Amino acid sequence: MSIDSMFVHKMWDHDELAKMVQGGIPYPMLSDAGGKVGKIFGVFDEDAGVEARGRFIIDPDGVIQGFEVLTPPVGRNINETLRQVQAFQLVRQTKGAEATPSGWRPGKKTLKPGIDLVGKVWQEWKTSMAFD
Amino acid sequence: MAEEASVGCARPTGGPVGEEPLKSNDSPKPIKEERTMIMVGQKAPDFIAPGYKQGKFVNVKLSDYLGKWVLLCFYPGDFTFV
Repeated sequence: MSIDSMFVHKMWDHDELAKMVQGGIPYPMLSDAGGKVGKIFGVFDEDAGVEARGRFIIDPDGVIQGFEVLTPPVGRNINETLRQVQAFQLVRQTKGAEATPSGWRPGKKTLKPGIDLVGKVWQEWKTSMAFD
Repeated sequence: MAEEASVGCARPTGGPVGEEPLKSNDSPKPIKEERTMIMVGQKAPDFIAPGYKQGKFVNVKLSDYLGKWVLLCFYPGDFTFV
């Protein structure tokens, strides 16, 4: 979503993005003229008149599980976004019985929060696990 | 999910769903703009927005995606990186 019109989205998709992604962008490119939606999500820069690089993870209940907002010069890390989605999906599947500690990615150990874990995280999780 | 939209000559806009714009009361003091903070763990504000998807102009309502995981990405402008 950006403040560009859907007409500009079409041209961008057709003239440039389709050369990077075969068939063009497969999801909706949304238009937010005037930044009305960006404003309620807190990413619209009134002075510049554009939206920051905001990314929101919204779960199947419509609840915001996480967000990240960057100023324009720095791009996002798609792998990190996907990792977070996978982590939230796992937490949701286990109904919160499992949590994903720092550095978790699919296949790595999860934690099972509960009274037995209090003060014992150091046995279950090592600092090296924070890194890939 | 994303309804196809008919296109006229005007540039279509969307906006928040379910919120009436603040009406100016009789009170003389300026209306303070309420800016609700986005919080994790809370419902995402619903909205409708026009858009483009693979050869079609569409209207997208966020709440139509209930039941799915959604990544909502904002960016400064077309022809920049994402």
